[in-house]
Amino acid sequence: MNFDSLDLNAIWFVLIGVLLTGYAMLDGFDLGVGALHLFTKTDEERRTMLNAIGPVWDGNEVWLVTGGGALFAAFPAVYASVFSGFYMAFVLLLFALIFRGVAIEFRSKQPMLWWRRLWDYGFSIGSVVSSLLIGVAIGNIAWGIPLDENGDFTGTFWSLLHPYALMLGITVVALFAMHGAIYAAMKTEGPLHEKLRGWINNCIIFFIICYAITTMATLLYVPHMAARIGANPWLFSIALVNMLAIANIPREIHYRRDGFAFISSCVAMIALMTLFGLEMFPNLVLSNPNPLNSLSIHNAASSKKTLSIMLVIAVIGIPLVLAYTISIYWIFRGKVKLDRSSY
Amino acid sequence: MDVLILSRIQFTLTVAFHYIYPPLSIGLGVMLVIMEALWLKTNQPIYHQMARFWTKVFALTFSIGVATGIVMEFEFGTNWAAYSRYVGDVFGSALAAEGIFAFFLESGFLALLLFGWNRVGRKMHFFSTCMVCLGAHFSAVWIVVANSWMQTPAGFHIVGEGMKARAEITDFWALVFNPSSMDRLFHVLCGAWQAGAFLVASVSAWYLLKKCHEEFARASLRLALWVGLASSLLQLVSGHTSAIGVAKNQPEKLAAFEGHYDTIPAPLTLFGWVDEKNEKVTGVALPGMLSWLIYNDTTKPVAGLREVKKEDRPPVNMSFQFFHIMVALGFALIGVAGIGIFYFGRGSLFDKRWMLWVLVLSVLGPQLANQAGWFAAEVGRQPWIVYKYLRTSEGLSRFVKAETVLTSVILFSLIYTLLFAVFIYLLDDKIKKGPHAEDLSPSGKLSLPKEVA
Repeated sequence: MNFDSLDLNAIWFVLIGVLLTGYAMLDGFDLGVGALHLFTKTDEERRTMLNAIGPVWDGNEVWLVTGGGALFAAFPAVYASVFSGFYMAFVLLLFALIFRGVAIEFRSKQPMLWWRRLWDYGFSIGSVVSSLLIGVAIGNIAWGIPLDENGDFTGTFWSLLHPYALMLGITVVALFAMHGAIYAAMKTEGPLHEKLRGWINNCIIFFIICYAITTMATLLYVPHMAARIGANPWLFSIALVNMLAIANIPREIHYRRDGFAFISSCVAMIALMTLFGLEMFPNLVLSNPNPLNSLSIHNAASSKKTLSIMLVIAVIGIPLVLAYTISIYWIFRGKVKLDRSSY
Repeated sequence: MDVLILSRIQFTLTVAFHYIYPPLSIGLGVMLVIMEALWLKTNQPIYHQMARFWTKVFALTFSIGVATGIVMEFEFGTNWAAYSRYVGDVFGSALAAEGIFAFFLESGFLALLLFGWNRVGRKMHFFSTCMVCLGAHFSAVWIVVANSWMQTPAGFHIVGEGMKARAEITDFWALVFNPSSMDRLFHVLCGAWQAGAFLVASVSAWYLLKKCHEEFARASLRLALWVGLASSLLQLVSGHTSAIGVAKNQPEKLAAFEGHYDTIPAPLTLFGWVDEKNEKVTGVALPGMLSWLIYNDTTKPVAGLREVKKEDRPPVNMSFQFFHIMVALGFALIGVAGIGIFYFGRGSLFDKRWMLWVLVLSVLGPQLANQAGWFAAEVGRQPWIVYKYLRTSEGLSRFVKAETVLTSVILFSLIYTLLFAVFIYLLDDKIKKGPHAEDLSPSGKLSLPKEVA
């Protein structure tokens, strides 16, 4: 097939953005449910929380696996630099993802209190640490990392943990917690549902505080991440959509429309990722202090041939993926009911 | 220890641990498809009970497989950055295809397989089980294609020089159907079917020894023995064609498997030891048999290790031993399944406690053979990471330090030891609890059609 007339590099920038946004919207809520897990007290509440995400969390994580695979194939130089540069951070992310994944499966297999406590902690801490590290990685990519002329990372693990990156990490934890609380509210009823409604409001306040601090810090210290909006004021409408979507969440919760609240939260995430993508484009990783070594969609990409093959794979695959995802969410719609096959 | 050896230890450790689980998912997936098909066809509730019990075991193996699988994808980037830059254009597409075509299919329908028993009808549930099983097979397809490209690279050309050199795709289908991919895929799948079948056989034999759940155990065992025998016989065929492929595509690897140094008609060593320093093999051998197996002619010479420079040879004794362990286990499994079926047919299997014990232990056979086979395949490819194009030592991340990798190796070892202990504990617990009696009278959406009931 011939895609010569298309800007394949830009298309793949967008497609990877789509995969990672899909990951944030989907795994975001089950990581968020994990962050809130320890705030529920009774065993039944905890089982309800787990079963709210039970049938879908594994599929949600596939978005990350596929996003990683697509990044490897389309922009191998970015994959190599970021993964080797963030070595320890990514190893910790792996441990966090392993623990929370097996904890979901293991927890309800035994009745002992100590056993369930152990996996409750594994699930919750694993979820928070995963969200935090994802945020720290995004923060570093925006801030810029030291790259040499081969694209190799020359900093250390500790140099990744600067205040801006950590602040972005906390913001992501807050965002996912809010998103998870809304999803859990959608899937529950009775006293737990009422409790979650209260938590949603607290999560929104927590997120808005984090978001305000991060935005101020970005404007002051990372001005290149606001340059494109500065130059093209009409792009501010995206930031506006984001803020309105967040403001709409408490309104929908007030009218007991949990589903619309969840959609609002998804829209906010899409707007945030769009802003991030717009400011990064055409770069994928910024090099700081030497911007000439930045990795962009041109110097980090695979060949045109590979990008077009991958596009064919994506065009065949994405409708299938959407079909499975939508049918699974449809089949498992409605409130959680615990039964024999539940966790 | 240097970064190279530590990174190799880490990859070995993480991939070997991971590989306990995917073959079980693939193999048990096939077993579940057969069980549910039999249930749909015969309406005998025993098959429903079997499907329900083995689904729980499947869920356990699947979850650890998923959790440990994402590690390798990350490791290509973290530990093998130079390799990732070199092969990303080619190898990355296979990984991305695995995500899109296999993992989404598998994880989506898994929800229905595990939690959908009372949400969808019997036929829809059967369909979901088939899709999960198909997804597991697709993931084997893409990952084996990717690995086979490292063994027998095809469909690409090298662009750039020095640090900037990298492989770029010229022909996608030549990459997918590279010279070894189909042989090796078939070999991997047979190994996975064996792993599933012998796990079922082992647990069933245990119930028969303990005289509990006997009806369930007999029905499971009969199915497991037949699938076990069929896959073990297919594995023999696949092993043979794979070996012919290795002789053609990676002659020094085959020479290492057999400790064959001079290019002369080659014997088949049954077991032995390679003295790598003096380049000699001590052991029991059938003269001319290797030449006969490869070329149908006992007098035809087989290329020996002396054809390549010393620094281009794999570790010979290690490749030799892993290969021979795999082959020996392969034959043993044919024997176990064959004898099992023979006594089962005569009705005397349930009184032969020694044979039931052999069957209990048989679960280790495919596991060890799968591990040994992969060790032989990967050690035998050394010193190359991409055969004849890139050395393993050239694939490393340049700025990752030895102490960092040592830390992650230690952490992975601790966490995986814990995971394995929990896995064995939960598996043992599930086996002790056994199948549910109430699954013999399925209700709700699962109840039998009216005309049968």
